[in-house]
Amino acid sequence: MSAPETELQRNHDEAVLELQEVSVLYSGKPAVKKVSCQIYKNKITAIIGPSGCGKSTLLRSLNRMNDFVDGVSIEGRLMFAGQDLYGKDVDPVEVRRHIGMVFQKPNPFPKSIYNNIAWGPSINGYTGSMDELVERSLSQAALWDEVKDRLHDSALNLSGGQQQRLCIARALAMEPQVLLMDEPCSALDPISTAHIEDLMFELKSRYTIVIVTHNMQQAARISDYTAFMEMGHLIEFGETDQIFTRPNVKRTEEYVTGRFG
Amino acid sequence: MAFVSETEIRNLQKRHRKSRLFRRLCAGITWLSIALLAVLLIRIGMDGIGWLDWQFLNSFPSRFPSRAGIKSALVGTLWMSVLVAVISIPIGVSAALYLEEFAGRGRLARFIELNIANLSGVPSIVYGILGLAIFVRFFMLERSLISGALTMSLLILPTIIIASREAIRTVPQSIRYAALSLGATRWQTTWSHVLPASFPGIMTGVILALSRAIGETAPLIMIGALSFVAFLPQGPMDSFTALPIQIYNWVSRPQPEFHELAAAGIIVLLVVLLLMNAAAIYIRNKTERRLK
Repeated sequence: MSAPETELQRNHDEAVLELQEVSVLYSGKPAVKKVSCQIYKNKITAIIGPSGCGKSTLLRSLNRMNDFVDGVSIEGRLMFAGQDLYGKDVDPVEVRRHIGMVFQKPNPFPKSIYNNIAWGPSINGYTGSMDELVERSLSQAALWDEVKDRLHDSALNLSGGQQQRLCIARALAMEPQVLLMDEPCSALDPISTAHIEDLMFELKSRYTIVIVTHNMQQAARISDYTAFMEMGHLIEFGETDQIFTRPNVKRTEEYVTGRFG
Repeated sequence: MAFVSETEIRNLQKRHRKSRLFRRLCAGITWLSIALLAVLLIRIGMDGIGWLDWQFLNSFPSRFPSRAGIKSALVGTLWMSVLVAVISIPIGVSAALYLEEFAGRGRLARFIELNIANLSGVPSIVYGILGLAIFVRFFMLERSLISGALTMSLLILPTIIIASREAIRTVPQSIRYAALSLGATRWQTTWSHVLPASFPGIMTGVILALSRAIGETAPLIMIGALSFVAFLPQGPMDSFTALPIQIYNWVSRPQPEFHELAAAGIIVLLVVLLLMNAAAIYIRNKTERRLK
């Protein structure tokens, strides 16, 4: 874990999130163990690793969604804009407003397409033109052309891939600094997956993206940085090229070449 | 079947026989209970249908069967159901939301949960005694509609809370997470998403509980609803009677005409109950379709 640092020091990417020995415990049992790394601005960071390695748990701790799971506690520091996200005076509602999330299974509200987008901004006191915001968010999620004539139809009538893009649009409408994606394509067919991957390329000029994925090809295709986790430990973190072509740790090499996991 | 041995066939036939036997047993029991209900309804219908006319609905009780009616009882029952709904729905739904969305899984929440489940099994007469002691005597609300409504609300609150919790629990967790991840507070999530999504289920439970309240007699007798009321209640503080009380009163008289009047009263009560249940189904179907 010491070797990649020299490599990271060479680049001048700006860190948005900094994890300092972050551990996540379920009723005292650690699921994530002392993970330290940085999430860089306007880059896509992929977290890969076998099932149950703690990658989703780690992702959910980045916007305090773990607060809703009974018995979870966090150790270490998670710095965001100079503040520890788990600091005493930090309001988790405010954290989630700035760090958005897209879930594994598309979970649109059982409301119209329009209201799916508009609800988040409206409860957070958005005062601009809602119609413009809805159009802008749907356009950013590459969904506008498909739904512009039926904005007031139920979101549940959309296909799975469209629903997931709607969920991305819904998160983007909050204009988050960071977008967390928890295996966003695992419930989708290959064409919808390709759509979302293209979309992520587009989005990284404006947003910082962290994606958890089971699919190593996907991580290799879309991400700039890759974190490889196993049994709660961060085994290796580095630029995606390096992780996939010349990893420093043997376990990483075995995993990315498909020899286990 | 060449691939099945003799013993296997015998074994299989035995299992099929058992299966058929059990199915017939279940069907028999079902039809028996339906038949009993049908006999009951037909007897009541034959006794009461002759007395069922506008005069019956629109007259006050009388000691002459031909002039007696259920006007005050019907109005009393309608008053009761409105008051009970106004009292029990907000309290019951709030309690269910609190237990499901806010209380967590702590020891206190489990203790409350256990007690609510127990309360729903307490005999209604006990609620009547409670109502008499607390609302009629202690709060000095007298033998009024409001005493009756408060007592009935207590009686059906456990049912409402349990049914509402079931409905709230069917809302997928992913909807809550979606809302929370957009920077919503617990309350905003609950109000905008959990409550609308569970509304059909809550309404069904509430209306079924309300129809139980309308049919209950014992607590009302206990708190002293009158059985001879020749006036209509003008407000919640007035004394009152209700359909089950009136029916009970008529049944306990010796003259056979009054027994037939009671049967007519039962028909009216059944119609009111069926209308309420129909309303419950209608509301549920309508709101369910809106959500889809």
